[in-house]
Amino acid sequence: MTTVIKAPGESAAERPGGDGRPKEAGRTGSEGVVLNVFSHGFLAVWAILIVLPLIWLALGSFKTDSQIGGSALSWPSNWHFDAFGRAWDKGIGGYFGHTLIVLAFSVPLTMLLGSMAAYVLARYPFRGNRIIYYFFVSGAMFPVFLALVPLFFMVKRLDMLNTYQGLILVYVAYSMPFTVFFMHSFFRTLPTAVHEAAVIDGASDTRIFFQVMLPMAKPGLISVGIFNVLGQWNQYILPSVLMQPQSGSDPERYMLTQGLIQLQYQMGYETDLPVLFAGVTIAMIPMLVVYLSFQRQIQAGLTSATLK
Amino acid sequence: MSQVARGKGRTGFITGFLILPLALYLTFVIWPYIQTFGYSFTNWSGQSPTFDFVGLENYSALMKDEVFRGALWHNLLLLVFVPTITILLALFFAFMVNAGGRSGAGGVRGVRGSAVYKIVYFFPQVLSLAILAVLFGAVYRSDTGGLLNGFLAKIGLVDPARPVEWLNQPNLVLWCLLLVVVWHGVGFYLVLFSAAMQSVPKDIYEAALLDGAGRAQTFLRVTLPLLWDSVQTSAVYLGIAAMDMFVLVSTMTSGQFGGGPDHHSEVMATVLMRNFLYFGKSGYACAMGVVMLVLTMILSVVTLRATRRERIEF
Repeated sequence: MTTVIKAPGESAAERPGGDGRPKEAGRTGSEGVVLNVFSHGFLAVWAILIVLPLIWLALGSFKTDSQIGGSALSWPSNWHFDAFGRAWDKGIGGYFGHTLIVLAFSVPLTMLLGSMAAYVLARYPFRGNRIIYYFFVSGAMFPVFLALVPLFFMVKRLDMLNTYQGLILVYVAYSMPFTVFFMHSFFRTLPTAVHEAAVIDGASDTRIFFQVMLPMAKPGLISVGIFNVLGQWNQYILPSVLMQPQSGSDPERYMLTQGLIQLQYQMGYETDLPVLFAGVTIAMIPMLVVYLSFQRQIQAGLTSATLK
Repeated sequence: MSQVARGKGRTGFITGFLILPLALYLTFVIWPYIQTFGYSFTNWSGQSPTFDFVGLENYSALMKDEVFRGALWHNLLLLVFVPTITILLALFFAFMVNAGGRSGAGGVRGVRGSAVYKIVYFFPQVLSLAILAVLFGAVYRSDTGGLLNGFLAKIGLVDPARPVEWLNQPNLVLWCLLLVVVWHGVGFYLVLFSAAMQSVPKDIYEAALLDGAGRAQTFLRVTLPLLWDSVQTSAVYLGIAAMDMFVLVSTMTSGQFGGGPDHHSEVMATVLMRNFLYFGKSGYACAMGVVMLVLTMILSVVTLRATRRERIEF
């Protein structure tokens, strides 16, 4: 890309000017009217195609099982929240909790270790710097699949199958490429003058990192933090291989994504689909909230990371 | 403080900051990747600690494996259609959102409500594939309770007594999955292309407009060439996604780790998982992993080469 690498904050700030609403200036030619109707039509159709299935699914939580099997377009008959309660009891609550526990450790750890590596690689020239950087970043190229079989046995050998700490470490490791890549470009853009001033004041390298550079990198940390939350929250393949009870006495520690698929099988047999739909709705809501609150950072951050 | 001492302190600091991230990354990412190559030359079952070196036997078995060959073919089909459809749709929408509106006073700008469209379109991107699997499992239900059948029955395209079994039709199942991927991806690439379009200076568009270029011309002659880099990157990302497909296939289609009906939706990743976790053929599964890796790399290089054009500076 020929554009200058932008900090996510900057491009977000640019947006209002960039795609602001058109002002009602002048009349529109007849060709314009036809085309406007045309383009609006297509845009609106796609928007409906996105929103409709999601609303339809959420409405399903208020239907009865026979109603779900009967006609797709029927309006829900009862507006009780009991399917949500049953979904929670069926395990969604537990899956939710397990996912929160893992993310509470894996996200901060990813951010800390990723920033430390990125910082050193971005600002300290030393032998092998480039090699280590490419080494880190290259991991983003390959699908997780290729490593899956040996990874399973590696975690098994460390006796960490079906443990939180095992999954946390694996999540941190697999989030490293993107985090290092993103924070590396961020640390490069920070001014050197502040760093020099801190050196003159006698601050150690470690102290400069934690007290000067890390606070300055906050916008970048927020962007990359959101991606790690989204990515790790939505991860399915890693937990489905690493988080299976290893024996009868081993407790079940399914992540939310795994749990939903589990619920899908279970509800297929028990014929209680409203519970499944309620479960999916419960899983969707936090994502919707996170997305709507941070949609600028998410969109700007993802694009600036991808376009480089 | 002497220079030497300073230098030493630096080395300690650099090592201290790199050691933990590197150690984790090496243990859980790089080393397993490397091991995959090694195991692919063995007949390891995964259960027993012993195994023999069998050379290229796994690879020659792969060549003869009908299921794997079918899966490879499906991946290649997806590889062609997923990026093409997603990119075309995303480009179309991005152009509409950013430059579709055009007032009589001149100037190129987005249609009204473009910010809202961007927010709505992007939303599927933050949903997990597991949610998509359940959602589209319900949409594609094989009775009129499914959104698609219900809708088509309502407008009379489908006989309510004999609804379409979308995911059980050998000829339909792969395309049904493809639609899910496109539905999921368009919003992200729309936002990506929008960002690229906005970094194009406004006066280029204004010049095109003064020269009397219509919307189609503006798009083909101005926008597309300037976006070529982003299109290229997107093709590679979407190609990698099309090589994977595990979550959707394994959860939405019938069979152990999906692939049904009768292997018509099989992709390499599902065959790999079945051989690893169900048949206990770890060495064989690793060989599949290596084939996937090689194909992914070939794909990236070929895409970047085939779509190479003269870079336009602005």
